Amino acid sequence: MTETRAISLVVNGQPRGATVEMRTTLVDFLREELRLTGTHVGCEQGVCGACTVLVDGEPVRGCLLLAVQADGTRVETVEGLAPDLEHLTPLQAEFVRHHGVQCGFCTGGILMSLTASLRDNPRPTEAEIRNTLAGHLCRCTGYQGMVDAVLALAAGAEPAP
Amino acid sequence: MTKGGYIGAPIPRREDARLLTGRGTFVDDLEVPGVAHAAMVRSPHAHARVRRIDTEAARALPGVLAIVTAEDIADIQKPWPARMPSPVPGTSVRHGVRHTLPVVKVRHAGEVVAVVVAESRALAEDARDLVEVKYEVLPAVATAAAALAPGASLVYEELGDNIAAHIIQRVGHPERAFASADHTLRETFRVMRGGSHSMEGRAVVARYDEALDSFTVWDATQAPHAIRAMLAYLFDLPEHRVRVIAPPDVGGGLGPKTSFYPEEALVCWLARHLRRPVKWIEDRLEHFMSAAQEREQIHTVEIAFTKDGALLALRDVFTHDVGMYGALIAPVITACTVPGPYRVTNIHSEFRAAYTNLPPTAAVRGAGRPQGVLVMERMMDRMAETLGLDPAEVRFRNLIPADAFPYPVGMVFRDGAPLTYDSGDYPELLRRALEIADYPRARREQAELRAQGRHRGIGVAICVEGVGLGPFEGAILRLDSRGRVVVTSGAPPQGQGYQTAFAQIAADMVGVRLDDVDVVTGDTGAIPYGIGSFASRVTANAGPAIAQAGGDLRQKILAVAAHLLEAAAADLEIVEGAVRVRGLPDRGVPLAQVARLGNGGVAFGMVMPGGLKVGLEASAYFAPSQAGYSASAHVCILDVDSDTGEVAIVRYVVGHDCGNVINPLIVEGQILGGVAHGLSNALYEEAFYDSEGQNLASTFLDYPLPSAREMPRIEMFHLTTPSPINPLGVKGAGEAGTLPVPAAVAGAVEDALRPFGVRVNRMPLNPARISDLIHRA
Repeated sequence: MTETRAISLVVNGQPRGATVEMRTTLVDFLREELRLTGTHVGCEQGVCGACTVLVDGEPVRGCLLLAVQADGTRVETVEGLAPDLEHLTPLQAEFVRHHGVQCGFCTGGILMSLTASLRDNPRPTEAEIRNTLAGHLCRCTGYQGMVDAVLALAAGAEPAP
Repeated sequence: MTKGGYIGAPIPRREDARLLTGRGTFVDDLEVPGVAHAAMVRSPHAHARVRRIDTEAARALPGVLAIVTAEDIADIQKPWPARMPSPVPGTSVRHGVRHTLPVVKVRHAGEVVAVVVAESRALAEDARDLVEVKYEVLPAVATAAAALAPGASLVYEELGDNIAAHIIQRVGHPERAFASADHTLRETFRVMRGGSHSMEGRAVVARYDEALDSFTVWDATQAPHAIRAMLAYLFDLPEHRVRVIAPPDVGGGLGPKTSFYPEEALVCWLARHLRRPVKWIEDRLEHFMSAAQEREQIHTVEIAFTKDGALLALRDVFTHDVGMYGALIAPVITACTVPGPYRVTNIHSEFRAAYTNLPPTAAVRGAGRPQGVLVMERMMDRMAETLGLDPAEVRFRNLIPADAFPYPVGMVFRDGAPLTYDSGDYPELLRRALEIADYPRARREQAELRAQGRHRGIGVAICVEGVGLGPFEGAILRLDSRGRVVVTSGAPPQGQGYQTAFAQIAADMVGVRLDDVDVVTGDTGAIPYGIGSFASRVTANAGPAIAQAGGDLRQKILAVAAHLLEAAAADLEIVEGAVRVRGLPDRGVPLAQVARLGNGGVAFGMVMPGGLKVGLEASAYFAPSQAGYSASAHVCILDVDSDTGEVAIVRYVVGHDCGNVINPLIVEGQILGGVAHGLSNALYEEAFYDSEGQNLASTFLDYPLPSAREMPRIEMFHLTTPSPINPLGVKGAGEAGTLPVPAAVAGAVEDALRPFGVRVNRMPLNPARISDLIHRA
């Protein structure tokens, strides 16, 4: 039940090592061991997407992946996007402008999915944005502010190379 | 009244940066050294006597700190106090007696029977699975109808039956009107609501201080002062030794986080028992099983009307499922919402609320209102059909005119005050909604599509929403030693942006810059009294309190500055963090210096200068005389795929009037979120319980919530009829978006499927139900 294993991974650019229980999920490891509490747990059923982080650049459900499965990977969380409150990324700044956040509990996961998606496709259409967001549940906003934030960002973005 | 022009401006929220960078302060994010973790042992049965709880195996597990059952917590096993009395004179609510842990029997599947606390949540859950509970299973009642049937199993034996309340309200002479009307119609509607499903579940951390015999409780609650009152009662402590803090970030509330729950008492008891902080975080399954919900109401409604389409009388009789515990807020509000924006002078309104062996109920965003709106708006559609009139035209013929305010409906609202609408312009609201939707063109397009065999429907719904309920909310404003204005108010936000909106009101009223204002909410240690965030009430209660205290604080600041500047207070102005003599920009004193004198600072000797009072602080409590009444008009244009039963929304127009608006960005966000919740109720969410009270849809896979792909783009406009019942002229917007959505969608689906003769009398309208309707028609 409490079998452990040593893992090492890179989290937001910082090498991190730890001994974790085999059963510990990645999101619990990030939140409890590394105290990166910006990633939240909304359902533990792989549906709501609040726990989404990037593993080697791809969005994953932190509640469905074990920490040991992330051994040797590069993990990005919402804390890694902006250096501080005064220097938001363009995506974060558009979220402020378009009121894409209300309670903010689901926001970290949503930003990570959008970040990955915008790297591949910097000028998504509204339908593409909604498809990306479809991996997430938000009970506050009705999503429209988020969609508008990404549309505004896309309008100013260079076309993909 | 306003000085800086912040009130009414779409100012981006100051909350956002921390939430967007992962630096929020949700309960489970707080660093609590030495914290132990609780896991609840929950009954798998909806109705059962607890015969024996064997904790031996669980106790033996390493890392387990304690396992606690009802016997252990005997010192706090008091009967919970009765909840809200009936607001309607001559009627009463019958309260079943509940305890923190069940004394004899469990009353819903998911009720806590014991609690395990361990070094980690995982260990606590391991041990929980080893706790053996022997139950004697009793027959359950899982619907209001089953609970009200003769010979039904009793949820509370002491009541003799399962009736929680039977409340009748009457206006005029409905029987006479029905007897003489040209037309009458009678229908039965089944309306489902659902759970709150805030993305953050319930969450509580408690710390006990032995030296002071006091608790500090961080709680993801909508009502910290009410939680304090319950904890103080159960633990027999004065309220000042229980400090409940809703942290600045609570991950949604939507109603159920207003209630007090056993877990809050248990975590406190354990923290005192262990002399360690204890945390409990609700997981999603627990939210499905044990957080309060709203469930189905079944209405039988009759209307009487003339051949010209004038509504003469309304008779609405319905049942409401209270679950094993709950306040009667929702059905009282439902009853009062049915008459809506229409002149109807003869009303018989009656409901029976029944205890069942299902989870407790509370208000969920809308709090009984969407059900009431659906009932009335469905009947307006049916009246239009009967008379061969357009659904919008039937509504226009019955709307209360703009010059009829204040308009008394004749009923008593949930706040105990007469149901009297304060202000509004319903015809203009509906007219503009139809204009933006280009209603005549939409009807033409519908006719063309129908000729091609396609199923387009148009739904129109308009409603009135009782908002801004009292009794009060308060504010303390002070100028701190840095020269900053600190606003403290009791009700905590769950995403509504109080830190921004409260600062806007305070900055304008004190006359300082927005950035010079800090806002503290939800801390019983910071303001003695508060009610909470529910009933779309905070802007209309806390807003005027902040405005009042802000004006008072300004006067105090100017009085102290007048002394420092040797000038008359009337000649002073506050500009850029300083008080200056008007017209003499170099004669000024920084606010921080004013604070040092006004708050009795050390720099000014031992004696306050003559006439000056100590304390740059002002507090105010605002208690509205009654609720205010917001209004909404929605137009929904949708296509139904008759093969799959799927609905595609083509356009969705929202007209909204909540009086004066403090921050349009925030209000629009509230409405957008409310519409999403309404669409979720209209098309997706449905709770399923079997006849033994077992939840058959307890994951987001079985109980779908809409994602961005299912949500249409919402087109919105505002109408502003200021409320006369508070000095800011504000009403409420938190729940508004939700209310008319099920009605508008139901109307549109029935309209789309008119060629089939489909009757929409039950919600939600998921593809399976629509297909079923088509096949049965």
